[in-house]
Amino acid sequence: MDILEILRAALQQALGPQAIVFALAAIGLNVHFGYTGLLNFGQAGFVAVGAYGMAVTVVTFDAPFWLGILMAIVAPLLLAVVLGVPTLRLRADYLAIVTIASAEVLRFVFGAVETKDTFGGSNGLNGYAGPFQRANPYSSGIDLGVVSFGRNDLWSLTVGWILVAVCCVLVWALMRSPWGRVLRSIREDEDAVRSLGKNVFAYKMQALALGGVIGGLGGMFLALKQASVVPSDYSTLMTFYAFAALLLGGAGRVMGPVIGSVLFWFLIAGLGSFFSQSAGEGGWIPEVIMSDTQASLIRYIVLGLAIMLLMIFRPQGIIGDRREIAIDGR
Amino acid sequence: MDADMTDQSNSEIKTGPAGLAGVSTEPGAKKPDPILVADNITRTFGGLTAVDVEHVEIQRGAITALIGPNGAGKTTFFNLLTGFDQPNTGSWSLEGKSLKGVAPYKVARLGMVRTFQLTKVLAKLTVIENMRLGATGQKGERFWAAPFKFLWGAQEQSVTEKADDLLARFLLDKKREDFAGSLSGGQRKLLEMARALMVDPELVMLDEPMAGVNPALKQSLLGHVKSLRDEGRTVLFVEHDMDMVRDISDWVIVMAQGKIVAEGTPAAVMADQRVIDAYLGAHHDTDLSELDEERLEAEVEAEIAQEEDSK
Ligand SMILES: Nc1ncnc2c1ncn2[C@@H]1O[C@H](COP(=O)(O)OP(=O)(O)O)[C@@H](O)[C@H]1O
Ligand SMILES: [Mg+2]
Repeated sequence: MDILEILRAALQQALGPQAIVFALAAIGLNVHFGYTGLLNFGQAGFVAVGAYGMAVTVVTFDAPFWLGILMAIVAPLLLAVVLGVPTLRLRADYLAIVTIASAEVLRFVFGAVETKDTFGGSNGLNGYAGPFQRANPYSSGIDLGVVSFGRNDLWSLTVGWILVAVCCVLVWALMRSPWGRVLRSIREDEDAVRSLGKNVFAYKMQALALGGVIGGLGGMFLALKQASVVPSDYSTLMTFYAFAALLLGGAGRVMGPVIGSVLFWFLIAGLGSFFSQSAGEGGWIPEVIMSDTQASLIRYIVLGLAIMLLMIFRPQGIIGDRREIAIDGR
Repeated sequence: MDADMTDQSNSEIKTGPAGLAGVSTEPGAKKPDPILVADNITRTFGGLTAVDVEHVEIQRGAITALIGPNGAGKTTFFNLLTGFDQPNTGSWSLEGKSLKGVAPYKVARLGMVRTFQLTKVLAKLTVIENMRLGATGQKGERFWAAPFKFLWGAQEQSVTEKADDLLARFLLDKKREDFAGSLSGGQRKLLEMARALMVDPELVMLDEPMAGVNPALKQSLLGHVKSLRDEGRTVLFVEHDMDMVRDISDWVIVMAQGKIVAEGTPAAVMADQRVIDAYLGAHHDTDLSELDEERLEAEVEAEIAQEEDSK
């Protein structure tokens, strides 16, 4: 058993690009669900639209790179309007149904043969990230002892974590304001907010758009880092991982989604490394009990169990406020 | 009988701000200076007609009580007037401006603010945050201004001062930093009323404001409601507490089975045979909630019997 190897694998993921993508997706979800109480089960759709918004603009339409970046923000904004206008006046569950369906529809459209000329089919799009890679100011990678990142990764991570930090500051600034107070009030009881003269629909729309755009930035980052976009990245699994990260860290807290995402990938990678060392040849778990393949999957069971236990013993998440949970919403 | 009643009420009537002296006591009576006028409002739920109001006027600057047995349609009427529910027919206007089809938040902005029979406090916000939410025209509630505290910090301070003032008046200042969800039922009623006042409404509509409020507090609440009138606001409230109705209202409107069955000064209404029949019953001073229950039971039984008959 190589503890250092487990730690290395875990940290590499916890600080790596995956954690950034899911941190951004979860920050967006936090605006939706944690602060406003909107049930968006299609965050993957917003992430995808951010990534494709940029890639399609640059590759398919041959537009300049900066316009691609702009479209990574505009496209999720449009999606929010399209989804929000018909559903946000209705009961909360309608948004949940519409978002989960639209995220899947988008993924199929992006991957379809019929739209291959625009979206590149199941192979996706590439060849748009040149300006990003050329802007890399680092001449070499970094070796921190336990973990090390190559030159390109280091550049991506720098940009990615700055993006996360900027989003966190923005969310913090917004949520301490009267605007944020209206959002949190809508989460509690929207009729009360209406009775006080606030246009609840407009606030929900703004929240949906803001959270969607932050999710879209996650897609843009993923697309820049990978230098390609493929539809299979944006499955419902992405939404559920983002929710898991959010609940793990603590919904309705500025840093909740970030801590949750880092922890989520730390555990996934750490447990993966632990079980792959433990099972199979040379491992202490005999082949009869667990095979190699099983070892690579058991981490999801353990993680699921961990989240269940967390919800039972610490339902507010790692950094949530115990007092809030103690309140019953009579 | 009517003339007789007017005589009797004239000695009782509070002149001054209410200005209701000499108003007819027929249901739907014209008022000298109505702030709210409603016509032909009906609302049915399936086969049940919950509200069927032909005409009603609410006098500006007066305290009007809306009384009636449980299920009379008072809450539904409130919901219709404030846009939280849509009527099958009818029109109504505030200060001459039609409110038909106007969204609830716009109704509130026009100066008509209501509280709920089942309180709607924002459980996971503190009491003071609940109060601050009520203030209108907050610059910091606009998305683009929100991230920049220097744009709204000063206004937030004045909002907070006003909120603290009201909290002190409603004896909730000690609960300032507590989550609203930790308040008792009576305290929630108080908070909701105080929060509604943050809007600076012209017309305050209170749905059973005294339910669950302890007797000592009731007295001071009565004082607050009266002071609202003294500030020139109009108050319309639903209440089962006859002492409160008698104490503070300038005018009483009685609803039963969706219709307005009587109007008048408190003294006149409580002496009115139609009201006694519809609501107060023979035991004028016995506990009303008990009476309501009995009545409700009787009604339900009658309904069941009717349904069985029709089969
Ligand atoms: N949403 C609803 N659906 C069906 N029936 C309703 C609804 N709201 C009220 N009612 C019925 O309308 C009648 C009037 O109710 P309500 O306005 O709450 O009476 P009150 O406030 O005077 O006690 C009652 O018979 C009630 O059962
Ligand atoms: Mg009622």
